[in-house]
Amino acid sequence: MSLALQTFSTVKDASAALQAAGSRYLGGGTLVVRAANEGDVSVSSLVRVADPGLSRIAVSGGKVRLGASATMAAIARHPELAALAPAARAVGGPAIRNMATVGGNLFAPAPYGDFAVALLALDATVFTEDGEMPIETFLTGRDTSRVIVTAVGFSLPSMESFRFLKVSRVKPKGVSVLSIAALLQRTADGTVTSARIALGCMADRPIRALATEKALLGSKLTPQEIAPALAAAGEGITPITDPIASAWYRAEVLPVHLGRLLSQ
Amino acid sequence: MAKVPVQFMLNGSEKAEFVESGTTLLNALRDKIGDTSPKGGCHQGTCGACSVIIDGELRLSCLTLAETCIGADIKTTAGLAEGGVLHPLQRAFLDAFATQCGFCTPGMIMAAKVLLDRTPNPSREDVVEALSGNICRCTGYEPIIQAVLLAARANSQNAA
Ligand SMILES: Cc1cc2nc3c(=O)[nH]c(=O)nc-3n(C[C@H](O)[C@H](O)[C@H](O)COP(=O)(O)OP(=O)(O)OC[C@H]3O[C@@H](n4cnc5c(N)ncnc54)[C@H](O)[C@@H]3O)c2cc1C
Ligand code: FES
Ligand code: FES
Repeated sequence: MSLALQTFSTVKDASAALQAAGSRYLGGGTLVVRAANEGDVSVSSLVRVADPGLSRIAVSGGKVRLGASATMAAIARHPELAALAPAARAVGGPAIRNMATVGGNLFAPAPYGDFAVALLALDATVFTEDGEMPIETFLTGRDTSRVIVTAVGFSLPSMESFRFLKVSRVKPKGVSVLSIAALLQRTADGTVTSARIALGCMADRPIRALATEKALLGSKLTPQEIAPALAAAGEGITPITDPIASAWYRAEVLPVHLGRLLSQ
Repeated sequence: MAKVPVQFMLNGSEKAEFVESGTTLLNALRDKIGDTSPKGGCHQGTCGACSVIIDGELRLSCLTLAETCIGADIKTTAGLAEGGVLHPLQRAFLDAFATQCGFCTPGMIMAAKVLLDRTPNPSREDVVEALSGNICRCTGYEPIIQAVLLAARANSQNAA
């Protein structure tokens, strides 16, 4: 196996090099170096950007901007990002979190991509060399994307409005059976005024639970009101099958875990 | 394949080598520099046997390219003993029977070291979390957890 690493100081120069056949961008390398170690010959050269600015985390005026090279460990320990810490901590073990980047997580195929599930619920904007786009547009087109992601941005959720759950079989750390992120805005009496729910492992990439979101509007999250939202959770899902769980199993347990998350 | 020069600090001494571009740090350490303390268990990030400390952070040397470590400060289990005296973690692993075949031990010790460097008096949960990326096929984990707690106690007694 031969693998050449090219290091650039700017995203612009790296983007040009990335257009060559067989080249892939190197983030933390937890997926791409792993693929090379496994003998994936489709990767012959890796391109990276040595710009510390890409690792920057900025929180101001209720807005968050995470540089694409920011690691899960850096997010998990950031004092102003406590609401996101559970999602960042859900990724791998300590060494993986020190390496795994936000940018790489956006590309990680299910069962990976737990942090991207959180970003989808938060309606993040994905910034690239060529401009910005909503995360949903990004996720749809990511397989053919050749652009370098530079950052993601979103409004900082309050601790009360944002909920995240990852279900795995190996404790304390394991690959996802599924993951769920929910951003719920509620009035003082608890009525849901807006709901955005994202699911991991329910397709090859994070997807929204649109029917559930709709069913929750106007509810106060009582068990009676949650029931129809859970019944709708299976709409539009095509869960993955892997050694952790079958598609059937994932679909069966989704309403159970979603119900627990919503009635917290 | 073009060779590239890499230079970094390893356990306090400067190392310089030529490696093929794309060589993992694990292979560079074991095959070029001769530090065989990090082990290659899976080369997939799953077992943790290759764990090393780079600039104070735990990392997997099998998924790290040697070229990305130029100028870094790297620590491995081979550098822990001082003048033939074992590091408290090494001592504790022996005393608590936390090592059987020993293959996971250097990775476990690296993971435990970053924990104790930051959290000198960890709870059991802290230890379990810190070791959660490291697999052991022999011990059943309990002796390893006990060894890390023992080393923490030994450290705090020495400090007192
Ligand atoms: C043992 C193990 C356990 C894991 N556990 C989890 C887990 O629990 N949850 C989870 O979500 N993931 C998990 N992962 C997967 C992975 O570590 C994470 O998804 C991580 O966030 C990927 O980021 P990376 O920087 O390492 O990606 P890389 O491997 O560097 O890159 C992955 C892909 O994304 C592309 N890419 C990366 N950054 C950019 C960018 N800025 N612009 C354009 N393209 C880019 C690369 O070209 C590559 O195709 C695990 C991996 C391992 C090895
Ligand atoms: S060899 Fe690196 S994690 Fe197994
Ligand atoms: S002692 Fe054999 S793998 Fe842990």
